[in-house]
Amino acid sequence: MPIIEVENLHKKYRDVVAVEDVSFTIEEGEIFGVLGPNGAGKTTSVECLAGLRARDGGRINVAGFDPRTDRDQLRKILGVQLQSAGLPAKLRVHEAMELYASFYPNPADWVELLDRVGLAAKQKTAYGKLSGGQRQRLSIALALVGRPSVAVLDELTTGLDPQARRETWSLIEDIRRSGVTIVLVTHFMEEAERLCDRLALINKGKTIAIDSPSGLIAGVQSEQRVSFRPTTPLTDDALLTALPEVNSVARDGDTITVYGTGNLPYVVTTALAGHGIVAAALRVEQATLDDAFLALTGHTFDGAQS
Amino acid sequence: MTKTLVTEARLYLREPLALFFPIFLPLMLLIGLGIIPGINEPDPNRGGIRAMDGYLPSMMVFLAVVTMAVTILPGALVTYREQGVLRRMSTTPASPARLLYAILMINVAICVAATVILIVVGGLVHDASPPRHLPGFLLVFALGTGAMLSIGLVLAAVINSSKVAQAFGGVAMFPMLFVAGMWLPRENMPGALQVIGDVFVVGPFAEALHTTWLGQAPQIHNVAIMAAAVVICGVLATKLFRWE
Repeated sequence: MPIIEVENLHKKYRDVVAVEDVSFTIEEGEIFGVLGPNGAGKTTSVECLAGLRARDGGRINVAGFDPRTDRDQLRKILGVQLQSAGLPAKLRVHEAMELYASFYPNPADWVELLDRVGLAAKQKTAYGKLSGGQRQRLSIALALVGRPSVAVLDELTTGLDPQARRETWSLIEDIRRSGVTIVLVTHFMEEAERLCDRLALINKGKTIAIDSPSGLIAGVQSEQRVSFRPTTPLTDDALLTALPEVNSVARDGDTITVYGTGNLPYVVTTALAGHGIVAAALRVEQATLDDAFLALTGHTFDGAQS
Repeated sequence: MTKTLVTEARLYLREPLALFFPIFLPLMLLIGLGIIPGINEPDPNRGGIRAMDGYLPSMMVFLAVVTMAVTILPGALVTYREQGVLRRMSTTPASPARLLYAILMINVAICVAATVILIVVGGLVHDASPPRHLPGFLLVFALGTGAMLSIGLVLAAVINSSKVAQAFGGVAMFPMLFVAGMWLPRENMPGALQVIGDVFVVGPFAEALHTTWLGQAPQIHNVAIMAAAVVICGVLATKLFRWE
């Protein structure tokens, strides 16, 4: 039984269509990713879902509530962490938690919550003095203080350093273990791949695929890449291109990259060994969500952003 | 609501300038000006009444309220909108309107506090007279403060960057005080400036504060202009204000 259903969501700002046609369903207890390049309509979609914007078309159901008409009930069960939602610079961490706890009928123990997000020692620190990662973790704590059944987290790790990003990721997994359904909006492929049970790929205001990260990748895994540095110079590509599994060969300095299908690493290394060449620094590159995006849209993820 | 109000009040008290400009600056001006020789003597130009018994304290009350309305209130709201404070609050069961009301209540409280302090300290230090027509004064203070803060809300609605709000506050302040007759009696101004003073309500507000301080009932047209401004700017602010 899905906890969230979005069907043919449509939203425009004046004449600009922000969301053309987005549909997905989210099961209770999953981490669901909404992934797409900047400007794809992700944030607008979840803002409609969270009742922060009125949709122009389609149907949304969140735990039995329609965000357009049941905003008040929805806000009691929904925790939202928004992009670019701040706090007054001089508000201290404990004051923010007390204040936001006062908005809910049955708030969580905020001291415990701060401990969980690793801010227990920062209770008296002013918001303006927190680092980017600490602000994001406080944001998560604020989104959870009302004991929501669904947490919407928008671009949570944008602007964080890799260390802070990893910490935030394990925090999200921890929150899911406590039974909260998580809607994660992101434009980071790596983040989606690492965290999400399933995800909706959104491009130009439309859902283009919904699957698990591995399912999306498997769908496009027609070609593999094997790259290596030969120990003795390989003068003729024909040695490799002659193999039925190999589609093409590319060189970049010392490094040779072979594109092909089947058990590519095995046939390549065997052919090389037959000529007394060892493939050093051998790398087998798996397809990634980037490749899935490319296959589905015809352009790269980064290309779509610019 | 109580929690929001207490939190906002604490935040307000953490801004030294937000206390200095509306409270200490007018107070220091009142005390300082009273020390100037001659200014505390009966003034033949004012029908033998000391400036300290009407003109100066009423102008300082006016200054405090205008400071709140033109700089502090729009500054606070625009900054909150810019920082996404209002946006974050709109994701909770508490409407950001709750925050707006808390800020408004604090602004009113500061206006009242500044006025009480001016009356009490002015009386103690310079034997300044309190407002002599008290019901009239209270009516004028309530309407005028309401009108000015409504103008502040309209400013907060149309200005979308805290830098602009700050710059506007600095630039608009002095012309506002000028057309209100702070330095030059309004009767001596060209008609156009008097009209501008009326339109921005500062003229009627300052005049009515002065009148009631001296012990007369407020002029009906001044009361009417202030009341109209409360309604018009209140409606305008409600229509124009955006949470994000």
